[in-house]
Amino acid sequence: MEIKADDFVDITDVVCPITFVKAKVAIEELEDGQILEVRMNEGEPIQNVPRSFKDEGHKVLNVINNEDGTFTVFVEKGGLEG
Amino acid sequence: MEINMAQVDYKELKKGGFMRQKQKDNFSLRLGIIGGQIEADQLLKVHEIAKKYGHGYVHMTSRQSIEIPFIKLEDVESVKKELAEAKLQPGVCGPRVRTITACQGSEVCPNGVIDSTKLAYEFDSHYHGRELPHKFKFGITACCNNCLKAEENDVGVKGGQKVNWVENKCTFCGLCEAVCREKAITVDKSGKKLLFNEEACNYCGRCVKACPTEAWEGKSGFVLYFGGLFGNRIAIGKKLLPIIFSTEDLFKVVDATLKFYETHGKASERFRNTVDRVGWELLEKEVAGVLQ
Repeated sequence: MEIKADDFVDITDVVCPITFVKAKVAIEELEDGQILEVRMNEGEPIQNVPRSFKDEGHKVLNVINNEDGTFTVFVEKGGLEG
Repeated sequence: MEINMAQVDYKELKKGGFMRQKQKDNFSLRLGIIGGQIEADQLLKVHEIAKKYGHGYVHMTSRQSIEIPFIKLEDVESVKKELAEAKLQPGVCGPRVRTITACQGSEVCPNGVIDSTKLAYEFDSHYHGRELPHKFKFGITACCNNCLKAEENDVGVKGGQKVNWVENKCTFCGLCEAVCREKAITVDKSGKKLLFNEEACNYCGRCVKACPTEAWEGKSGFVLYFGGLFGNRIAIGKKLLPIIFSTEDLFKVVDATLKFYETHGKASERFRNTVDRVGWELLEKEVAGVLQ
C-alpha cells in the first residue's frame, strides 16, 4: 500500500498530552482529503493518538511498524466525515 | 438531649458509620457514598456539618468516601438529621458489604466500556450493608486500565469487550495490530488477511476503539475477580469465569458468591481466607453453576 503524504510530523520527541496537540496542529494546516504522515512512539502514543484522530473525524489509512519502537501512521484529514 | 453513656451501643454506631476515635466520645462520621459521587449541594451540607459539629475539615477515605472527624457523641442524632436534609446518610462499617467503589465509567471516560457508575448504584440497591462474616468490598472499574483496582476487592468487576472482526469493513491499515497489547491480532496488508487469536484476547476493546472503519465490533460485558485482599494480607483476586454479558447473570453470580460466604465463612474470616480453606474448586463450581 503506497501512500503519498502531503506533510510529515514527528511526535516522538514529546509526551502526552503534547503528542496529540502537535499532531493536531500539523493536521490543521492541511485541507480535507490531504494526508499527514505522523511518526510516533509505541505505547501510549500509538494507543491514543490515532484514536483521537478518529474522534476528530480523520481517517487512519495505514500503520507501519518501524521495528525501532516507533510507528508511522498515515492519516487522511476529515476522512471519516460526510 | 440527655444521654446515658452506659447505654451507648458503640457497635451500632459503627454499623451506622460513626467510627470511634482515640478521643473519648468523638467519632469520625463516614458518609454513605456510592461510586465516589456526591452532589455539589450535598457537599455544602458536609461543609456545614464539619464546621458546626466537627473541626472544620473532612478526610477523604481510601475507598471514595468522606469522613467528618470529631463529631461528639451528644451530636450524633442532630448530625444524622442534618445529613438527611441533604439526602445524605452515614456510611457503613463492620462485618458487612462496604462502600461500592467505581470509576466514572463509559458515560464520561473515553476508555470505559461499561457504565460503572450506574452499576455501582445497582450493586448498592442489591447489597447495601448486607451482614456477612467480615467486611466485604465491591469495586467496579470500566476498562482494563483498572483505575479502580478490581483485583484488590473481595469481588471486583472489570468492564471488557468480546470482539468480532468484520472482514468487509476492514481496510487492513494495521492499526488494531499496533494497539493490541496482547499481540492477538496479525494483519497481512499485502495479502489482505487478518489473524485473530481469540485465546490471547484480554477483552480490553482497544481494537474496537481504535479502528477507523468499525471493522471491529465489541460486545460489552463484565469480567469478575474473586477474593482480592489489600490489607493485612495481600492477595490478587482470581478470574474464575468467562466474561458475563447481562447484569442479570452478573447478579446471579454475586448472589451465589455471597451465599457461599454466608454458608462457609467463619465469623471475622475474610472471604479470601474462607475460599482458601474451603477450596477454590467449590466456589468455582457454585458460581459457574448459576450460569447454566
